[in-house]
Amino acid sequence: MIPHSFDYKRASSVEEAIEILQNGSYAKVLGGGHSLVPALKLRLNAPETLVDVTRIESLKGITIEEGTLIIGAANTHHEIATSAEVQNSLSFLADGASAIGDVQVRNKGTIGGSIAHADPSADWPALLLAANAQIVIQGADGTKTVAAQDFFTGFFSTVLEESDIITQIRIPIPPAGTKSTYQKFVQPASRFAIVGCAAVKEPSGTTRVAFAGVSDYAFRDEAVESASSSGASVEEAASKAAEGVSIMSDHYASEDYRKHLAKVYARRALVEVS
Amino acid sequence: MEIKISVNVNGKNYVREVEPRTLLVHFLRDTLRLTGTHIGCDTSSCGACTIHVDGVAVKSCTMLAVQADGSSITTIEGLAQGAELHPLQEGFKECHGLQCGFCTPGMIMTAADLLAKNPNPSEAEIRHGLEGNFCRCTGYHNIVKAVQYAAEKMGTEISA
Repeated sequence: MIPHSFDYKRASSVEEAIEILQNGSYAKVLGGGHSLVPALKLRLNAPETLVDVTRIESLKGITIEEGTLIIGAANTHHEIATSAEVQNSLSFLADGASAIGDVQVRNKGTIGGSIAHADPSADWPALLLAANAQIVIQGADGTKTVAAQDFFTGFFSTVLEESDIITQIRIPIPPAGTKSTYQKFVQPASRFAIVGCAAVKEPSGTTRVAFAGVSDYAFRDEAVESASSSGASVEEAASKAAEGVSIMSDHYASEDYRKHLAKVYARRALVEVS
Repeated sequence: MEIKISVNVNGKNYVREVEPRTLLVHFLRDTLRLTGTHIGCDTSSCGACTIHVDGVAVKSCTMLAVQADGSSITTIEGLAQGAELHPLQEGFKECHGLQCGFCTPGMIMTAADLLAKNPNPSEAEIRHGLEGNFCRCTGYHNIVKAVQYAAEKMGTEISA
């Protein structure tokens, strides 16, 4: 399958990428290309220009500064999965990254590309919601920081404007004694999540629980969170999962089955963090 | 508009003009005539098109040739040393790790990435490492044995 014809530009800085995106032609940002290239091949999208941001140095690197884990947007899933900084500070993110796709996908796909694409079955959105991450976005009007909870707005939709570039993902390192996990029921061919449940429980009891694959977009399940945070049993908290949200249905999993899986995976996640 | 790219493939430098939409697998097969890399599903699932770009396994059907500009690429044609098969190639032959052979180049390239990162993988680690490669003939058992054969041989060669 051959994509529609397009121009290819390789940006050497975020500013240059933004300038190209503002040029007027219909342009898309190219990260690892593991969502965009398949979409182009299927001709689901036909941009006039692709702006490759993967060689911009400032989008790389994983560091810890003042209690915050900072992941450059162009890091691949493999780089994050094998990063000592991530493994030592928020190991469930490394575990989650190593559960994405397969080794070839993890070698190319990037965290920034994944969250910009906002596939409802992708793992990063749920992981970043549970981690209470902040997304740093550079655009024509400067830089802004958006909480993960405000970043995802719908089916394949985010707050990103046409000329915005995600530059960093910033994650506060939780207090010592925090437990976290990512439990995933995998679609065996694509290895996307049919249901993925990320959970973080701090020593104070505060619990964050987020789902991938269940609804039109990843979401924090406040009913499960408040039950768990206020000391409800795992069974009781998990029974509240995925209530009151619209639930996806496709030929892999019906609405009822997904809802059932959401409760099962909420329970597994809560057992891990309790 | 065509773009000039420069790549090193199996130790040989190539400079070619490509359309930006040219997939890397088409560049390898149709432009460089290296047809050992196969196109299976063409949707990033099956792994038949797996090659190494700068030392790591990637699916060449899901990468544009322009993204590989400046990179070093290894394909299945680049593994053997002259007439001497790579231990993985030998392992697939000795352990009957293939039937139709269509998935084999991708299997071997992914397994080579695995063994580079983990020279002594367990059976579970081999199966996890090969998740991105589908075989529709063998049921995978002999593929796992072939990788174990290669791991042992490569370990022996290193320590010898």
